[in-house]
Amino acid sequence: MSSAESATVVAAGLAGAGVLAGMLLPGRIRVVAVGLCTAGLGGAGLAGGVAALGGTRWSAYLPGLLPLAGLHLAVDALSGLFMAVAGAVVLAVAVYGIGYASGRGPRGPASRGVQAALPVFALTLVLVPAAASVSSFLLLWEAMAVTSLVLVLADQRERSAVREAGVWYAVMTHFGLVLLLAGLALFAAGAGGETFAQLRAGASGMSPGARGAVFLLVAAAFASKAGMVPLHPWLPRAHPEAPSNVSALMSAAMVNLGAYGIIRVNFELLGGGPRWGWLLVLATGALSAVYGILQAAMASDIKRLLAYSTSENLGLVLIGVGAAGLFASSGYPVPAALALAAALLHVTNHAVFKALLFCAAGSVVRATGVRDLDRMGGLRARMPATAGFFAVSSLAAVALPPGNGFLSEWLLLQSLIHGMTVPGVSTAIVLPLAVAVIALSAGLAAAVFVKALGVGFFARPRSARAASAEESPPLMHVGMGLLAIGCTALALVPGTLGNSLSRAVAAAGLHGGRPLAGGGLELRLDQVAASLSPLWVTAALVGGVVAAAGLIRLTTRRGRRTNARLWDCGGGAPTPRMSYTATSFAEPLQRVFDDVLEPEQDVDVTPVHESAYLVERVRFRRSVPDRIEHRLYRPVLAAALALGRAARRLAPGSVHRYLGYGFFGLVALLLALAVGW
Amino acid sequence: MNGTMTATGTAAVTLQVALVAAGAPLLAGLMRQVRALLEGRAGPGVTQPFRDLRKLLRKEAVTPAGTGSAFRLGPLVLVATTAVVAALVPLASTATPVSGSADLILVVALLGLGTVALALAGLDTGTAFGGMGASREMTVAALVEPTILLAVFALSIPAGSTNLSAIVSGGIHDPVRLASPAGLLSTAALAVAVLAETGRLPVDNPATHLELTMVHEAMVLEYAGPDLALVELGSQMRLTVLLGLLASLSAPWGIATTASPAALVLALVLLALKVALLGAALAAAEVFWAKLRLFRVPELLAGSFLLALLAVTASYFLTGE
Repeated sequence: MSSAESATVVAAGLAGAGVLAGMLLPGRIRVVAVGLCTAGLGGAGLAGGVAALGGTRWSAYLPGLLPLAGLHLAVDALSGLFMAVAGAVVLAVAVYGIGYASGRGPRGPASRGVQAALPVFALTLVLVPAAASVSSFLLLWEAMAVTSLVLVLADQRERSAVREAGVWYAVMTHFGLVLLLAGLALFAAGAGGETFAQLRAGASGMSPGARGAVFLLVAAAFASKAGMVPLHPWLPRAHPEAPSNVSALMSAAMVNLGAYGIIRVNFELLGGGPRWGWLLVLATGALSAVYGILQAAMASDIKRLLAYSTSENLGLVLIGVGAAGLFASSGYPVPAALALAAALLHVTNHAVFKALLFCAAGSVVRATGVRDLDRMGGLRARMPATAGFFAVSSLAAVALPPGNGFLSEWLLLQSLIHGMTVPGVSTAIVLPLAVAVIALSAGLAAAVFVKALGVGFFARPRSARAASAEESPPLMHVGMGLLAIGCTALALVPGTLGNSLSRAVAAAGLHGGRPLAGGGLELRLDQVAASLSPLWVTAALVGGVVAAAGLIRLTTRRGRRTNARLWDCGGGAPTPRMSYTATSFAEPLQRVFDDVLEPEQDVDVTPVHESAYLVERVRFRRSVPDRIEHRLYRPVLAAALALGRAARRLAPGSVHRYLGYGFFGLVALLLALAVGW
Repeated sequence: MNGTMTATGTAAVTLQVALVAAGAPLLAGLMRQVRALLEGRAGPGVTQPFRDLRKLLRKEAVTPAGTGSAFRLGPLVLVATTAVVAALVPLASTATPVSGSADLILVVALLGLGTVALALAGLDTGTAFGGMGASREMTVAALVEPTILLAVFALSIPAGSTNLSAIVSGGIHDPVRLASPAGLLSTAALAVAVLAETGRLPVDNPATHLELTMVHEAMVLEYAGPDLALVELGSQMRLTVLLGLLASLSAPWGIATTASPAALVLALVLLALKVALLGAALAAAEVFWAKLRLFRVPELLAGSFLLALLAVTASYFLTGE
């Protein structure tokens, strides 16, 4: 029995134990038992994934587990990467979740249903990348969707918005499932078999039209899971309304599987794809990156902001995947391997820092009950550890050194710049625009996380709840600490991932040499002249800060710092209400992108009763709705509703009418058969 | 790499950082003096910024009520990032021990880190001015990013790398590259980006005394004493480094490519001259410019973005096949 195999068995066993614990055990013991089982499951997934990344391949066929088709599992380095990422996130978030859910009432995150669904969801996150047949994949995929839906609805008794988010999520995720089912069924029919090995072998025999149709259907389905524009509206609803440990799992592990699906099915099984298809993937990624981060810049709900940032980061991943497909379909495996490695590295980095961001945000929401950044502020003093974790993960998210997000964006930019060696006018036009998109989203991301950290945690509290916040329980800190260690390790020694990334890229069918090489310290590119030593850059920065501080110490005569009032241009001590809020921070960006965002603005002036010239009250309201949701989904929903109302007239309750429908239906069918055949 | 080469390279890095740190106040003084002379004033002399820094360093350090570590760390990070950039950029020599890491994207990102640190410090004060400055600074920084990276892209195509030493030595050995449409366009785009990144006219007015028009100054209003000295020194160093980078990219002549100490000394002298010339030209131009309205700045940046995009396409279509 290989290590990956035993890890899978252990994970499944722990998930079963977790479900039983969730259903049978009472109160606080339940939360602890489920949390430990889930954490162990995550650890097993991490171990199995790391083993697969080390070069172990493993496959299994379990005919008894699933009627008719049986369960096919296979793990290669590509699956291993996604298993390891999901496992690591599950491990840390499960520990966090024990602290998060304990001390709550019998409802919500600590309830039996939620606690029983949690291990199943975690297991599907780890096992979806291991599925090796269409039926196994769809089964695990749907199990993941259903359990996550149960988890999203945890707080539905307390807030009606949760139910609305649940409906959006259920409908959108099943729309995706329908597309996926259709695409994979077409693929299996065309290839003459449903295991991935048969698909791989049969893909080349399919007609270009059929392959194109499969490509489009499957890519759309996976893009909706990854929260890509325009299939994203579930994401900024479901992630904020779910309990924060669930948000972290969804945002850091579940959406990754959308990217995994595109790499596995469109890239590997389909054996490449049409050039236009990859251009489409790249364009979708670029659009989502900019749109997502722009909406995040406007958001003042901290979890909604993070959800839109997920959309942005997965967009960046898809830019890498699309570029890889584009280069590979032009016959250039070396830049393709580089682009894919960048995308996979960004998946890893994003998973770790986004899990930490959601956990830190959850810690704040748990302590204050407030999600609105405008009503936070001053949390640094009340919750120093949480503020520190949020700062660490923000540094990673802004794509600036020494954060880990910078490294993958740097690699992505390098792969696009060196992709210019691929001939063709489309690359010459698309790649510079993609670089500009990455740059703009990185710049906006800096503004977004300066806003989240500066307005949410710095300065002074802007509401009573923020002023009386209390630091979260230690187990939540342990979970966040694990993620922070992950962030730091990825930021300082990314070179240790070099061999694993090369194997994962090779498992995707790209044999273009090793895109990353070297020991533990450097991210050195073999084919092109570019290198980066994150450890040295960090050391130089720390050295610079220490030197500057020392210089000040030496030259200043009086050593101690004195405390003083805020000067504020002589305006005296400003009240917390005078400080900048998240909304006011975003105002210049909102005006710059006015035409894109279309904010809605409403001024309501009420005059005094006797005179029209004296104003009694002015009410100003401005909101920045999601324009795509507004323009694309509302009309569709309205049309569906109108159709439903119209269809009601067909059913007036008269039995004669219904018998008539039956009669005419039968006659029409017989006529069609008689004429047609 | 042999011993003398490492020694000269290390000396080059140290001297670059030292020259930038010591020369930055002089450059600021020179620019103010040029401006004063053109406006018909006597001016305070070139060494006035030194006297200002000395005065500020002698005062006591003040912690305004309600501020925390972000406020304290902001100026330190600003100076540290600029010093690291000054060490990385091949201002005087391309043969340094750090030239392998002198990546243009890394340089841009390090400058961004300085901006972010100061914006967080501005928000940390909790005053309306601090928040306003931070918000405006981040808006400009976000919009200027695409221009910079596209210009980087255009510059890296002929060199085949984003490594600054490779780009600069490519320019020295093949001067035609600098005068090509791609080279000129990307330098122009980069020049606009430098104006925006350093808060010069027409994007921001460094000499303004009207709070509502401030961008950079509004962020740092609460600083006093040694902290303010660091903020001032950091901004001056940033301007010096960016002008030096612009000089290295557009007129790289004289930069040492070998490990000869004589070439290094010559390169340092030339660097000082080039940066002084660019600074004087910028100061002279600023006399005739007015500050743009904040919401007209995106138009300027969009224009420079277009230049950068043209540079990339020109570089691809004119040099490619």
